[in-house]
Amino acid sequence: MTETIYALSSAPGKAGVSVVRVSGPAAGQSLSILTRGKTHSPRKAHLSYLYDGEQVIDHAMVVLFAPPASFTGETVVEYHLHGSRAVIDSLFTVLASQPGHRLAEPGEFTRRAFENGKMDLTKAEAIADLIDAETQSQKDQALQQMSGALSALYEGWRERLIKSLAYVEAIIDFPDEEIPDSETAKAKPGIELLCADISAHLNDNRRGERLRDGLKLVVIGAPNAGKSSLVNLLAGRDVAIVSDISGTTRDVIDVPMTITGYPVILSDTAGLRPEAVGETGHDKLESEGIKRARARAQTADIKILVFDGTAPQRCSATFDLHDENALIVINKNDQITPAQKQIYADIPNAVFVSAQTQEGISEFLDVLSAKIKQVMDVPRGHVSLTRARHREALTHALGRLSHALNAPSPELMAEDLRLSARALGRITGRVDVEDLLDVIFRDFCIGK
Amino acid sequence: MDRSFDVIVIGGGHAGCEAACASARLGARTALVTHQAATIGVMSCNPAIGGLGKGHLVREIDALDGVMGRVIDQAGIQFRMLNASKGPAVRGPRSQADRKLYRLGMQAMLADYPNLTIIEGGAENILIENNHVAGIVTGAGDELRAKAVVITTGTFLRGLIHRGEEKIPAGRVGEKPAVGLGLTLEKLGFPLGRLKTGTPARLDGRTIDWASLEMQKADAVPVPFSYLTSRIDVPQIDCGITYTTEKTHEIIRANLHRAPMYSGQINGTGPRYCPSIEDKVVRFADKSRHQIFLEPEGLDDPTIYPNGISNALPIDVQAELLASIPGLERARVMEWAYAIEYDYCDPRDLTQTLESKRLSGLFLAGQINGTTGYEEAAAQGLMAGLNAAILAGAVSRETMTPFILDRSEAYIGVMIDDLITRGAPEPYRMFTSRAEYRLTLRADNADQRLTDRGIALGCVGSERETVWNTKKADLFTARQLMTTQLTATPNELEKAGIHINKDGRRRSAADLLAYPDMFWARLEALWPEMKNIAPPIQEQIEIDSLYSGYMDRQEADIQAFRKDESLILPENFDYQTVGSLSTEIRVKLTALRPATLGAASRIPGVTPAAITALLRHVKRRETSHVQDSDEAA
Repeated sequence: MTETIYALSSAPGKAGVSVVRVSGPAAGQSLSILTRGKTHSPRKAHLSYLYDGEQVIDHAMVVLFAPPASFTGETVVEYHLHGSRAVIDSLFTVLASQPGHRLAEPGEFTRRAFENGKMDLTKAEAIADLIDAETQSQKDQALQQMSGALSALYEGWRERLIKSLAYVEAIIDFPDEEIPDSETAKAKPGIELLCADISAHLNDNRRGERLRDGLKLVVIGAPNAGKSSLVNLLAGRDVAIVSDISGTTRDVIDVPMTITGYPVILSDTAGLRPEAVGETGHDKLESEGIKRARARAQTADIKILVFDGTAPQRCSATFDLHDENALIVINKNDQITPAQKQIYADIPNAVFVSAQTQEGISEFLDVLSAKIKQVMDVPRGHVSLTRARHREALTHALGRLSHALNAPSPELMAEDLRLSARALGRITGRVDVEDLLDVIFRDFCIGK
Repeated sequence: MDRSFDVIVIGGGHAGCEAACASARLGARTALVTHQAATIGVMSCNPAIGGLGKGHLVREIDALDGVMGRVIDQAGIQFRMLNASKGPAVRGPRSQADRKLYRLGMQAMLADYPNLTIIEGGAENILIENNHVAGIVTGAGDELRAKAVVITTGTFLRGLIHRGEEKIPAGRVGEKPAVGLGLTLEKLGFPLGRLKTGTPARLDGRTIDWASLEMQKADAVPVPFSYLTSRIDVPQIDCGITYTTEKTHEIIRANLHRAPMYSGQINGTGPRYCPSIEDKVVRFADKSRHQIFLEPEGLDDPTIYPNGISNALPIDVQAELLASIPGLERARVMEWAYAIEYDYCDPRDLTQTLESKRLSGLFLAGQINGTTGYEEAAAQGLMAGLNAAILAGAVSRETMTPFILDRSEAYIGVMIDDLITRGAPEPYRMFTSRAEYRLTLRADNADQRLTDRGIALGCVGSERETVWNTKKADLFTARQLMTTQLTATPNELEKAGIHINKDGRRRSAADLLAYPDMFWARLEALWPEMKNIAPPIQEQIEIDSLYSGYMDRQEADIQAFRKDESLILPENFDYQTVGSLSTEIRVKLTALRPATLGAASRIPGVTPAAITALLRHVKRRETSHVQDSDEAA
């Protein structure tokens, strides 16, 4: 059975339009599911709603190509989406859950086109440079990702998996040796531990949470620094959805919105005072608000520290929160004196704005967008895709591992472990039989 | 004497016998040249055939009408199905052999084999005309002419026996090595390397204290190797089991400086999976004992093969060592243990047909390619013999179709692919873990996988063809019955006392058999037609069901694998023209010249990126090979 493959065919990153291409025998089925059974005639552009269950993913242009009149010679569906990463990720999530669908390997569309006789050698050569380029950049990117901690982590798992597999293989291939059958039982704790580690890794993906729940932006500052004006301005300025603002001014106010294509939750907080606040009555309420503001600052992905530029000195309670995830905004730039401006001279990236006149707001938005991208992205290439590949491979590896634990016989346990190793091998490089034999001969005295 | 043949096979060991018979079966006039006709079919080392992976190879040889399976069925004295408690994919038939019965059985088989002539003599030189093999020159100076030559000289190529400080040039103990041929191959520029293997002492069974030892029995019902053998008539014997002691280990440790592997006298690499007792004691110092199987070498032969204590220690140390082992305290030694170093040719110098890339018409098979084991040798012999005969009978290379098995079809394919893409840095032995498609490549279904291919090629005799066609028809009928004719809904099943999810789905008898708590007998009560299915056919259907959950996945993997195998890299392809390859990969590909994109991807160090870069240079295979083999799967 040929698998159905999908990938982002246009350039990665935020763009006006992004094209996702799906190719394979089940491409029609996934189209039908995404568009709730809408009929698409081949080679015609349709404007269709794409659904993820109840949720609308996008209102997109969809073109269906029936075999053999398509790029690959298979059924091909092209989705022309609004170029948002969130939209692409939602679509990928749905596609990944369709039977027989997986992310395409580098150059795989071209390869299928060639294999299905859609391309003669001259044509293949003409686009070969393209494939090379694609491979090169993907390789660079993979290397970049694989360097360091992540690489060490996956490599460690691979070694543990080989070890478990080697134990099972030793029992299978050397039945006359003094290897007790209980070695399969001995392999189990190792597999269980590996399962737990991979699950934890898959669940503990902060980026996934951010994409799902929104990046946490918190506006912090002294009372009357202009935090609320700034929040209103950002909320009003962007076309994103703004929920009804509710709650007391003392509580944290969350505004979900979209900035530069990413879902964010912008939170307005109670003003921080440098001096102590009382613990009774109204003061108690304010004290609680400040506590919450600080708590939010702790967990925020990005802090926006707002200062009243006209205040006689800068608010130290706010400035204490300054770190690499913080942006510094000096408000009331329209009223500021040169002497007051001098107070902030030591902060290199401070942005001066006026919530009143909107002066500097667009500059601030640029700085904010850049910061968001920096937090969400590894600098180069379409990381989201690569990570989706990792996630897919890890999910598959995990599934096979849990299957192995319940396998009724050693050869089926080994089969599951091999499939798991192969899935892991798609990230770290293939698992070789020689690696296995090395472990077998190192750990067992074999040879009668 | 006739001096002109289609194919000459040099060597009368397991590779040579199988090569000569395979060539002769394809109708080629074949000569087998050996030092002594009386040593044809001799087992140089342990007296046993089969095992895990190895038993699979014997069944595959048999499925292509080879001789090894039939001979061991006449000579096996302790048949055991290894891994009988595990699943069918990893069960391996093994039997100990009566050396004499095996040797005589093989000689009788070859004596009246059609198209086959046996010639006594050594091969000293190879005749070459127009860069193609033209025959050989024997030690006596006779020229024998042939269109193809298969070399199967085992450990005889400049063999050197080591025992303590002693060194004796020999191919086997008491037999002279093939020195001339070694020099010829060296002169021709063949990439020669040095490997080492060992064999234990032989003991007089009448002097072993059997009463004190634990014994291992043969299977109650021996399962034959050959699909043509209906039952085993050879009497079955027991083996003894004993163990080394701390004292044994002390003796070895005290004398390591006199062991050739440790004194530096041996340079060749030995097998890790068949370590000498010196190696075991050094590498697994914490183990207090090592197992030894005491295997009788024949029904009327007192010789005992103590499996597990091969070594190359001097005789005085060997004597002390044996005396430290329970049961062997007073054992008399008939032949002392030794290690043997020998030349092998790097198999990466061969094509998929085992023909040399260096010299057209010359084929190499067996231990000379860096493998160990009779079965590995025989399987290569079979493939080299078939392809030598195909080449000898071909009008031209361009129009001929070689006989190749790939990794998804047979263990033979796995082995040859491993050898030609990875070489043999240590003596190569088959394991089931080497086969990616292990659930499909089973010892029980070798005939289903291969016999039709053999019939199409013409290497299967009429007797086997008849037997196989009957079995094939029975299998087809039974599978039809079980998958399409016998079906029931959950409600119907419930009436028969079988409780299944009430999803309204009809299930076939084969579907039901896949449930863990379902047995043939239970279903027979529901569908009496199943009683007409003969036990061997029933077994196949039960195996189908047992693995059904994994088969779709494996089938998809095999399809993907075959796709890569159908993409051919041109033989004279210039890897310099592929811009994006690293120098290291380019050098590797240029040296190895993989035949297909798939083979290229299996060469150690070749990256997926390099494979993508090669994609635009491949051609699609024209033959219908893939469709042919689909039926067999």
